[in-house]
Order: sequence, then structure tokens, then C-alpha cells
Amino acid sequence: MKILLCASKTPDTTAKINFTADKKALDANGVQFILNPYDDHALARAMDIKEKNNSHLTVIHAGDAGSEAILRRALSIGADDCIRINLEPADSYTVAHEIAHAIQGENFDLIFTGRESIDFNGSQVCSLLGEMLNIPSIDFVTDIQIEGNLATLKRFIDGGEETLQVNLPIVISATKELAEPRIPNMRGIMASRTKPIKVVEPSGDAALVMLEQFEPPVAKTGCTFVDAADAAKLIDILHQQEKVI
Amino acid sequence: MSVLVYAENIEGKFGKPVLEATTYAYDTAQKLGTSVTAVVIGAAAPEELNKLGQYGAQKILHISDARFDSFNVGALAKTLQEAAQKESADVIIMSATFNAKAIAPRLSARMKAGLVSNAIGLPETGNGFHVKKAVYSGKGFGHFNITSATKILTISINSYHLKNIGASAIIESWTPSLSDQDFPVKVIETKRQKGKVSLTEAEIVVSGGRGMKGPENWGMIEELADLLGAATACSKPVSDIGWRPHSEHVGQTGLTISPNLYFAIGISGAIQHLAGVSSSKIIVAINKDPEAPFFKAADYGIVGDAFEVLPQLIAEVKKIKAN
Repeated sequence: MKILLCASKTPDTTAKINFTADKKALDANGVQFILNPYDDHALARAMDIKEKNNSHLTVIHAGDAGSEAILRRALSIGADDCIRINLEPADSYTVAHEIAHAIQGENFDLIFTGRESIDFNGSQVCSLLGEMLNIPSIDFVTDIQIEGNLATLKRFIDGGEETLQVNLPIVISATKELAEPRIPNMRGIMASRTKPIKVVEPSGDAALVMLEQFEPPVAKTGCTFVDAADAAKLIDILHQQEKVI
Repeated sequence: MSVLVYAENIEGKFGKPVLEATTYAYDTAQKLGTSVTAVVIGAAAPEELNKLGQYGAQKILHISDARFDSFNVGALAKTLQEAAQKESADVIIMSATFNAKAIAPRLSARMKAGLVSNAIGLPETGNGFHVKKAVYSGKGFGHFNITSATKILTISINSYHLKNIGASAIIESWTPSLSDQDFPVKVIETKRQKGKVSLTEAEIVVSGGRGMKGPENWGMIEELADLLGAATACSKPVSDIGWRPHSEHVGQTGLTISPNLYFAIGISGAIQHLAGVSSSKIIVAINKDPEAPFFKAADYGIVGDAFEVLPQLIAEVKKIKAN
């Protein structure tokens, strides 16, 4: 079985987000970049399946050379090799299009993405890729079991969960319920140094959505404090003044 | 030219998110000088279908096909593409439900139509098609221009007001051209929590953090939530240690919510948590640490012990509800 993980690079979850003066870009000053947390959950589940079935796990990523550390980390956790598409993509469509282009003829049986990247929160690449590769896509997956060619999955639906079956090949997007992220060990880190990262050039298809400007969130004007001994007063304010209860 | 809205139903009922998307589609169509067609799949009672007319759909394309009993994104995307072509729609709107977020990108790929997920506020259509959405999980906003001929939006749940325009829609039965190959997925089981307010749709959310000291103390959170018709939520550490299910975790790597009222009880207010709740209209923080960062992000605050404050809140809500 051949497994592919689509990996994104995102700011660390604890990062403070600031924008450049012209608001056209993220101010990367002091921001630590990590493997998108949901991709980390996907990677852990991909590793479980790889180890059980003795499969080959490839990681693919669209980004510049600055992403190498994140790819090395995925390799140190146990991925066999990486493909880096050499571009900073403008939108999700471009990411999916370039991934589909780069893996043409590769016939992966199981493709993982995260449920969303924590920068643009699009939740798009899984389904885009499914359509582009003409294979089923299952989003927001909380569990996957594979028997031969048949996958049994659980996915989030509004207000609950659904169990479904579908034949491979498929592309799925991982929620954090799928698996606990793994931590690389020393042996993995040593082994990752000699694993290949193949760099491919993009096909150059145009983006469909352009970022124009960022806007910082509006700061709250100030907190009105209510005395703890008179907490009931808060409910009256919310009821009579704010009319939210 | 027209605006298409996918009116997803759950067991024949249109939820508030779908009606929000319908009103959003109506207001967008008004700006563009056109009308709204809603696509409905599966059985829905006449009074349910009427709601779509009330909230802005002029026409309903009604599809009955038992194969859709199993959720198949590919077939849904194909259907919406065909409907868009039939209606000459160049804007396609959906509420950002789990299902729609899975369908919309496939439709985007099929039609080579730019998609913005979780849009807030109406598009600006004067020169281009500009939409705003939260980015970095609520730590900022981005303005995007969709440059393709057809545009697709999923609308952030709870972000758009409902408007009953008192109109009705004409209903047309319609059969898209689909084959059995379009339905590769077989659903085995569907589990929905009955009688519980869904966290993403809830107008009030009562959320607890490590300050609650243990899962045995959640009774008060649940009681307050039940009285208010609210959903319960929690911080990441609480779901990580297993006090509450992961499905209740709100924050950067959990759910992003925008209720009218958010109670943060015993939650310090780490930046990752604030990201997921910052678009709540009113935030109330209750914490015994006056230096808790949550107070900087809150509209109302109580510095005090949750175990002393909560019973007072519960008693007062009971009083209000009794009147």
C-alpha cells in the first residue's frame, strides 16, 4: 500500500499574529513555524497504518526551502520520503492542483490531509484533491480501519458522527481524534538525515482566490467587572441591558 | 445570472445555519439584481420548504433520489454543478456545516470556481468579488478577491442575521444526471445527539476550564447551560486530560464558535483558546485570578471562585426564567 500525507507549515499555536505595515502579509518576526497540528495527527495515524501493513509513506508539501525543518521532522517520525513543490501557494486550489500534478501516475491508495490548516482555516485541500484525482474524499475523519481494499471510517457530521464504508483509493482529512501525534526519537532523527526530499517545480496554474489584505481583530474596549458577592447582577445586565438571555 | 444556495436538510428539517445562508444568498442576489434558487435533496414537509421561500429563495429545485441517503460528496458536487448551469448561477452559497465544507471544494475543482470558506459579511461586488473571513483561527481577518467567473462561499455559522421576507418559493421537481458510480460511499450508521444544542449553532455557550478542578464539578456548568438553552464547551487542557469529550474543545485546534454569549469559567485565556471564541458577541469571564488574560478579551468579568459565583448565577437565571 502507498500512503501520502499532505503537509502544511503554519505558525505555532501559541504564536501572536501580527501583520506587516501594509497588511499584505504576516509579520513573521518572532513567529515559530510548525507542521500544521492536524497534519501531525494525520501523520501519526498514517504511521500506524504504515507499520501494520508495511506500507510506503510519502510526505508532500508546497513551500519554499524554509520548510525543510518541518519535512525533516516528519521523516524523523517515520515517513519514508518527501516531495517539496517549490512554491508559496496563493490559495488552496493551487495547493491541490500542484499536489495532483506532482503525484500524477503514482497511484496512492490512501491520502491524508489535516481537517484544516490553522493559518487560513480553509478545509479545502482534501475535497479538492479528491475531485482532481477522481477518487472519493472523506472529510473530518475521526477513525479509519482498513481491511484489504475496504476502509471503514467515522467522520464528524453536524451534531454527531457517521460510520461509513468505501473502497480505496481515498483521500481523507484528519481531525485530532484520529491519533495522538508522535514524538520523534533519536534513532528516527538520525535516520531522517539521509532520507530523500525531492524538489519539484510547480506547473504554474493560476490561483482563483487572491488575498488582498489582512485586518487585525478589534480589541475589546474594556471589561466591566461585577462584584463576586453580587454575581446575580451580571445575569440582570445580560438579560435587561444586553438582551442576550 | 442567479445565486444558488444549497439548502441541506437534516431528517427533512432546515436548521438555522441553512436559513442564515438562504438570507445571505437573498441579500447577495439583491446586490447583484438577481434571484435565489435553493437546491433541496430528499423529503421535506411543505411547511419546511416554505421556510426557504420566507428566508429568500424564489425557486426550489427539489431532488428525490434514495441514493443520497448515503452522504456522497462527489454526487452532491456534480448535482450542484448541474443545478448551477441549469440556473445560470455564478454565485453558489452554502452554510459552513461539516457536510457543506466537504462538498464545496469538490464543486470548486469541478467548476474551477474560487471558494472562500467561512465567509462573514456580504461580498463587495462593485469591482471584483471581495469577501472577508477570519484567518489564523480567529487571530485576524483576511479580505479576499475571487477572480474566477463562478464564485463559491461557505458562510460562517451564527454570523449572519435571519430575515423573514414573507415570500414564497416555486417548487420544481428535478432529476440531475447521476450514475451509480457517483455513489461509492455507503453509510453504515448515523449518530446524532438528540435534544442537545449543537455547539457550533448555539447562541449561548457555557465553557469550563481547569479552574473547575475536576469532571465531577461539571454539574453546575451543565445546569446553567440547560437553564439558558446553551451548549457546554471546555478548554483544551480539560479535554486533553479527559474531563470532557474532545468534541467540546473550543480554541485554535478545536472548534471555532461565534455565539451571542460566551461564559468562560475557570479558563485563564491562553491565546490558543481566545482564537476560537474571539468572535463571540459578548464574552463573560469568571476567574479567581484577577490577572487572568481572559479579562482583557472579555466584556464582563467576575473575579471570584467559580464554586461561589456559579450558584448565584444559576439562582438568578431560574428567577428570570420563572417570570
